[in-house]
Amino acid sequence: MKYFLQRIGFYVFTAWAAITLNFFIPRMVPGDPVQSLIAKYKGQLSTDAMQSLYILFGLDQHKSMWAEYVDYWKQIFHGDLGLSFTFFPAPVSQVISQALPWTLLLVGITTIISFLLGTSLGVVAGWRRGSWTDGLLPVTTFFSSVPYFWLGIIAIYLLAGPDSFFPSSGGFDSGLVPAWDQYFIPSAIQHSLLPALTILISSVSGWILSMRNMMVTVASEDYITVAHAKGLSERRVALSYAARNALLPNVSGFALSLGFIVGGTLLVEIVFSYPGLGFTLLQALGARDYPLMQGIFLIITIAVLVANLLADIAYLLLDPRTRKDG
Amino acid sequence: MAEPVLEIRNLNVDYGLGDRAVHAVRDVNLTLHRGEVLGLAGESGSGKSTLAYGLTRLLAPPGVITGGQVIYHPAQGSSYDVLALSDNGLREWRWAETAIVFQGAMNSLNPVHKISTQLMDVLKAHEPNMSAHSRAARAREMLKLVGISADRMDAYPHQLSGGMRQRVMIGMALILQPQVVIMDEPTTALDVVMQRQILGQLIELRERLGFSVIFITHDLSLLVEFSNRIAIMYGGRIVEEAPANTIYRDALHPYSKGLLSSFPALRGPRRELTGIPGSPPDLAGMPAGCSFHPRCPKAFEPCGSAIPVLGRPDTPDGAGRSVACWLHPAEQPVG
Repeated sequence: MKYFLQRIGFYVFTAWAAITLNFFIPRMVPGDPVQSLIAKYKGQLSTDAMQSLYILFGLDQHKSMWAEYVDYWKQIFHGDLGLSFTFFPAPVSQVISQALPWTLLLVGITTIISFLLGTSLGVVAGWRRGSWTDGLLPVTTFFSSVPYFWLGIIAIYLLAGPDSFFPSSGGFDSGLVPAWDQYFIPSAIQHSLLPALTILISSVSGWILSMRNMMVTVASEDYITVAHAKGLSERRVALSYAARNALLPNVSGFALSLGFIVGGTLLVEIVFSYPGLGFTLLQALGARDYPLMQGIFLIITIAVLVANLLADIAYLLLDPRTRKDG
Repeated sequence: MAEPVLEIRNLNVDYGLGDRAVHAVRDVNLTLHRGEVLGLAGESGSGKSTLAYGLTRLLAPPGVITGGQVIYHPAQGSSYDVLALSDNGLREWRWAETAIVFQGAMNSLNPVHKISTQLMDVLKAHEPNMSAHSRAARAREMLKLVGISADRMDAYPHQLSGGMRQRVMIGMALILQPQVVIMDEPTTALDVVMQRQILGQLIELRERLGFSVIFITHDLSLLVEFSNRIAIMYGGRIVEEAPANTIYRDALHPYSKGLLSSFPALRGPRRELTGIPGSPPDLAGMPAGCSFHPRCPKAFEPCGSAIPVLGRPDTPDGAGRSVACWLHPAEQPVG
């Protein structure tokens, strides 16, 4: 328990450091959001409108850095992340909450499927070392070293097109309005197939490889020989003795990859123009939309920290050696 | 002499296949009798562990059994060849009839399961009709037998000391009341005090429960004290076999003598330790003739050309012992 509290303390500190950096970095970048907004409207704004924009963004008060920092924290605790410049006048929290489900569903589901599938295949490949499954290894090595977005471009080039079943971009048919109905959901699924497949193919290989290698390592442990000598069934030895121990490094890898669900597949979303968080981040970057960038970075930071915490908890549950007595 | 429980006949074990195979165990004949402690001694690489893994069919690839039989005589029913058992038959035979205590006391237990789980999964596999309650009762009983209090049932292996872990392994080996227990250097990872304690406990248990033991070690002095008969292995062959006292007093094979003088005796007068010159033979390139002759202080003419057969020696106490050495040519080959 003491260990656990120490970890929590560590994460709180890390979160504070990340949020503080998140506050300072955009303020060190040269340029001014109002200027970029003015540029966006190509000089159609009057001086009065410009003045009111400065007031609206709080850029007129010339407050001290410290006061701004304190305000920033207050806003975060109120869930107020400011107004987005790109999607002006929508608040950042609204923009993010629109984009987040797309990313969470697409990348989340594919990450989980990829982990489960890759780990199971890895168990089989590691346990039946020397059989035909070894032939899979060069293929998986190849795919695990291919970048997601490159595979995505190839997939669009080969599979998508005007007559193809797979749409090449977007999250749903442009004629539809997002809703939980029989028109929208199939369209959303259809649009997600190609990006999902791309992520799946390039990420499943990593799970297969790492699980297979751990299985091979664990299979030479003494307790595996003992388990065989005990006359346990092959299945029990493979799962409860070999896979159970080989799984440990993979589980922490999985928890960490959960953290990257939120921001990790930026390039895939860009390639497929998928309306997720990564694509939104790209738009924010292009428009110097600081509040939106900060908001997205904040979400990514929190996701990574929560995933790390999950990894710690998973390890505590799975490996008795990490539990301290008392 | 008591009836045999395990007979190894012409067992051959290779590592690898074809011409480049290494012959790790060659033409081994050995009989374990009921209630006996049979010691198996030899340097590292002499094939003693390979013999144990071979007869239980636990060899990891590339180990293969290339010939021979392992005849097992169950307490009831007719004898059978372990090497000819089906996969299912083998699984049922393992642990229920022959259990093993392995070398690595520290790594023999699965680190992620409680010791109770590991004790009880044997019961689950071999006696599926047993209730969960009686499984737990049996596991507790076994721990008590090896002197570990029942409240350690829910401990994980890392919470136990090396000696306790090895005692858990011994308790686990006895949980199905097997007729044969193979001990493959069970105490090498432990300190000397713990070694004595555990072996003493084991011998006591053997007297109480009546199982037979094959005790593998390179520590001949330990064997002299704890076993009834001793077989000495060298280069994959058995070179001498005799009652423990006979080996101790009057070993015939120069290798056995060398081994004996490599360890301090536990009792008796002080003597100088000499060791054996040279190093164990390369199994891939065995010398012709007796494989020990390049290191043998008494090697003479026939040693380099012909392999001596294991047989009854020409000494007055020749009955009940056998040796493979040209100094004592066999009157009557064994096996």
